[in-house]
Amino acid sequence: MTTSSTVHSTSRNFKNNARDQLANEDLQAALNKARGHFVDGRATARDNLPEFDDLRDQARGIKDHTLEHLDFYLEAYEEKVVESGGHVHWARTAADAQQIVLDICRSVDAKQVNKGKSMIGEEIEINKALEADGIRPIETDLGEYIIQLRGELPSHIIAPAVHLTKAQVEASFRENHTELDEDRVLEEPLSLLDEARTILRKKYFEAEVGITGANLLIAETGSSIIVTNEGNGDLSQLIPKVHIVLASLEKIVPTLEDAATILRVLARSATGQEFSSYTTLSTGPKREGDPDGPEQYHVILLDNGRTDMLGTEFEEMLRCIRCGACMNHCPVYQSVGGHAYGWVYPGPMGSVLSPGLIGVDEAGHLPNASSFCGRCEEVCPMHIPLPKMMRHWREREFESHLSPGSVRVGLGVWSFFARRPRLYQLATGLQMRMLSWMGRKRGRLSSVPLAKGWTKYRELPAPQGRTFQSRWRSGERV
Amino acid sequence: MATDSNRDQILSSLRRSRGRDGPVDEATAESLRARIAGHKRNIVPARTDTDHAGLVDLFETMAQKVFATTTRVSDMAEVPDAVAEYLRGANLPSEVVMAPDTDLDAAPWADTSMLEIRRGVPDEPDQVSITSAPSAVAETGTLAMYSGPAHPSTLNFVPETHVVVLPASRVVKSYEDVFDAVRELTADPDRGGLPPRTVNFITGPSRSGDIEQTLLLGAHGPRRLHIVIVEDD
Ligand code: SF4
Repeated sequence: MTTSSTVHSTSRNFKNNARDQLANEDLQAALNKARGHFVDGRATARDNLPEFDDLRDQARGIKDHTLEHLDFYLEAYEEKVVESGGHVHWARTAADAQQIVLDICRSVDAKQVNKGKSMIGEEIEINKALEADGIRPIETDLGEYIIQLRGELPSHIIAPAVHLTKAQVEASFRENHTELDEDRVLEEPLSLLDEARTILRKKYFEAEVGITGANLLIAETGSSIIVTNEGNGDLSQLIPKVHIVLASLEKIVPTLEDAATILRVLARSATGQEFSSYTTLSTGPKREGDPDGPEQYHVILLDNGRTDMLGTEFEEMLRCIRCGACMNHCPVYQSVGGHAYGWVYPGPMGSVLSPGLIGVDEAGHLPNASSFCGRCEEVCPMHIPLPKMMRHWREREFESHLSPGSVRVGLGVWSFFARRPRLYQLATGLQMRMLSWMGRKRGRLSSVPLAKGWTKYRELPAPQGRTFQSRWRSGERV
Repeated sequence: MATDSNRDQILSSLRRSRGRDGPVDEATAESLRARIAGHKRNIVPARTDTDHAGLVDLFETMAQKVFATTTRVSDMAEVPDAVAEYLRGANLPSEVVMAPDTDLDAAPWADTSMLEIRRGVPDEPDQVSITSAPSAVAETGTLAMYSGPAHPSTLNFVPETHVVVLPASRVVKSYEDVFDAVRELTADPDRGGLPPRTVNFITGPSRSGDIEQTLLLGAHGPRRLHIVIVEDD
């Protein structure tokens, strides 16, 4: 599969990363706060919409149909974008996409680029490319702004700064906003938000180019859709004279009605909102007589390994709408946070997608970061069989003899945890809950060699069925 | 930019993955074009199966749930006073920037000495904007705004407070109803067959959960969204 030369991942070090993160008290405190919020929010939103599960089924059907005819719909989409005065650029790799962005920026002599939150922007490391070219990228989503100040990757696909406590955010603001009064009070989340708002407000009017992602592209109309809560994406795309949309190929759906179905499950699965604050359809540049809006509209369609997943056992991953529900409900993600996964896509969806995008030798260990409890698949609005696909990657990794010894002989991630009982004493509350959750779902092991310190607290949950290795040895393909 | 060869390579790998060496056959293409042209509705939640008064109530309840505030007035003549009263009550400035929108001309703004009105696009220091809404979705309490010469989209995002005048007759059930309205606009020959550049669906004021997942209003867009519903039916 395609490996981009620009990738900087530490996915190979998942175990070391995970150990560090389990011992990171700030992270554990931050994760503790976030968890209930997302899980309860989704459950309430689901309960408030009797049609929720039927909508999920339809959403899956729409994506499957689209993936089956992706070439047709992309060409139809392109035609419409051009008709409305916009430009479509096709990028096979992250480097291609970077080059296209830089060329557009240079053509308008851009000094500053404002950015709405874009996971594709993270995937292609566009900020680095811009900076190397002397262009200042300004992240405007609050979470992205915070991690940009800290020089970090997002740790969650919809809540980039979910790993941080407010005290850490305060420290970063004090360190960076040195023009402000040192004695200002900055303890409450609201004062932090206000400070970021004030600082970014001016910057909205300074940029020559605005970059956003896209949650959906519409073949029928040539529109791109962004779904946000803060309004920063809209300010980023409305005020500068150039709007660039970074989108991966599989964001396309045939019609606005198809988009509506996906939108109905997206916010509910993500944050538990019935609808996000802002859902914005953009079609081409501003029209004659429009008093605002961009003069140029460019869409970059990124492949970066996705076409290679089509027609394989990983095809269904391309249904993903990046809602984050799988990580919000994943006991492993909830223990180690997003940074342990070492690249931009964490949690179950990252464990399946990352090896496809950056290669099995780079990210092939990630599918071991699973308890196979099945929660991710249960809550995935697009019914993506994440555990099954993680097993497929494990088979591939096993076959390519990349497995480090401990993975081959033990219980995968569970053996890693089991051998490090002290980690479980360090990271208390969450693990306890995670284990009891696991325990409730199926049988238990009362003791496991090497896990004495752990079982002191809780019986060890039994891994599902036989181990992966024994299945593999008997030639089963699970 | 080598996007042409990128384009060809991407399209041919997509086709190969489907076991084809070219585009879909003509019959399939025809059926896919028909699927787009037919833009059939999928499931629309049954919560909007009610009469029009019920839809306006549902819209109002859902909008309030996401922290929008609302008032109802019985005709356009009452709008300026209602707006002035809201601004005074919330301790907000009386200088407003208003869309150059003929819908809003129907209200007697000149009679209200309490508002200082400028028409046009907002500047960074502007605190309050007033726009009308061409449509609103009862299902989730969502306003739908279309950009156009009299409808700058920045009015929806730049000022701290966004006041929206919504004739009740414009409340529809679902996003799909808005899409049909946009298609009707698109068909208008004056528009060159193009939809508005920007369609904003707005559900409550701006918010963020990025700091310890605490819900905070007014992240970058408006901190307050106030909707004046004009009972015109
Ligand atoms: S895999 Fe499913 S649950 Fe996870 S982000 Fe994608 S759509 Fe959401």
